[in-house]
Amino acid sequence: MNDMNTAPTSATMLAMEGVAFTHRGHALLKDVSLSLSRHGNTIVMGPNGAGKSLLMRLLHGLLSPTHGRLRWHGQSGRPPRQAMVFQRPVMLRRSAIANVTYALAVQGTRWRDRRPQAWDALERFGLTEIAHRPARVLSGGEQQRLALARAWALRPEILFLDEPTSALDPAAIKAVEDAVIDFHHQGTRIVMNTHDLHQARRLADDIVFLCQGRVIEHNQADSFFTTPRTREAAAFVRGELVW
Amino acid sequence: MLSEDNAFTTALQLIIGLDETLVGIVALSMQVSLTAVLIAAMLGLPLGAAVALWRFPGRGLVIIILNAFMGLPPVVAGLVVYLMLSRAGPLGELGLLFTPSAMVIAQILLILPIIAALTRQHTEERWDEYREQLTSFRVSRVRAIPTLLWDARFSLMTVILAGFGRASAEVGAVMIVGGNIDGVTRVMTTAIVLETNKGNLPLALGLGMILLLLVALINAGAFLIGEEARRRLG
Repeated sequence: MNDMNTAPTSATMLAMEGVAFTHRGHALLKDVSLSLSRHGNTIVMGPNGAGKSLLMRLLHGLLSPTHGRLRWHGQSGRPPRQAMVFQRPVMLRRSAIANVTYALAVQGTRWRDRRPQAWDALERFGLTEIAHRPARVLSGGEQQRLALARAWALRPEILFLDEPTSALDPAAIKAVEDAVIDFHHQGTRIVMNTHDLHQARRLADDIVFLCQGRVIEHNQADSFFTTPRTREAAAFVRGELVW
Repeated sequence: MLSEDNAFTTALQLIIGLDETLVGIVALSMQVSLTAVLIAAMLGLPLGAAVALWRFPGRGLVIIILNAFMGLPPVVAGLVVYLMLSRAGPLGELGLLFTPSAMVIAQILLILPIIAALTRQHTEERWDEYREQLTSFRVSRVRAIPTLLWDARFSLMTVILAGFGRASAEVGAVMIVGGNIDGVTRVMTTAIVLETNKGNLPLALGLGMILLLLVALINAGAFLIGEEARRRLG
């Protein structure tokens, strides 16, 4: 087994136990056992169609596994506060700030606290100037920053990011990466997908490497990039095609 | 030619002079159709959103029925309500037949499917787009209903205007259940039919012009709302 720490320990936040996901007879994820520690940035990598986005959705609870289960540790097994940033940000047809206050409202934040908290989040991401513009006419980079600000306002204990920079220009990518580091400093657990090896090197503490619906390797980032344990991971790190 | 010309000028005079009969008929028309559209919207908007959000057995059948009833002929709607409200009918004891209330009920039956079916379409598009994000926020389906309705607000305003246009322009249903009683249940469309038959063209023409103006205003409103939505929301 190439997994870093399959057996859950006291430092474990989340464990997947034999999780599989089958859709219309196609096994998209097979027998995934994975345990994520309480701290750090996990980057999920792998070729297209490996099941990276699906894994994120299962971890975040947007989908339920068809086999196996997901177990949160601590807090009597209840899932912690969490948020997700998608590849293409989904903005409601309202102003930028109303997008943030909406998320706070459904989370149960008191009415009079919503606006100040939303404003703080916008300020942190340099979005106060566009606070009252309709969210959907903002540029792609601004929308992604707004999605991060919205996630920030929710104060998640764990944040999932599904290829958040794949449609952005370098300046916007930098803004997203800085935000990820900010979240990390705030103590938020990060789980993120990316195709970009350089980005993974910059951000990762550990790497989950997926191939054809299986976790092939779960390793510390430095070892993954210098001495990958599997043939597929080695080829991937060298930039060769893997499938 | 001359007599028609005269009818036209007389019609204008009736409108400009705010002729009492004409004003009464227009006011009752507005009252009946606005009440019907208000009640139909209060029922149809959440109903349409709920059908968009929930998957249940027979959902496809509900959608087909709603879509089919969008084209319900007004006379059939009128006939159904007539049978329900007539003395021998199940709701005969309420004594509503030939009252404005009966006309409101008939028009609700006519436009509720339109509002519900179109709301279902618009909110389902939004739901397809928002589902993952709203699920990520842990938004319950009941809580998602007002969210989707609000985010489809511009489309839904034109849906409601379409409902109002249909209600105010139809003649068959209100004729059957209202009976076109002078001063009680006479609305613009039924009055036009009657006055034309009687040869009283000025009043018919005057009412026709007001009805036309109303329909034009509704369409202008729908157009402007659509433009505004495109400009503001992208």
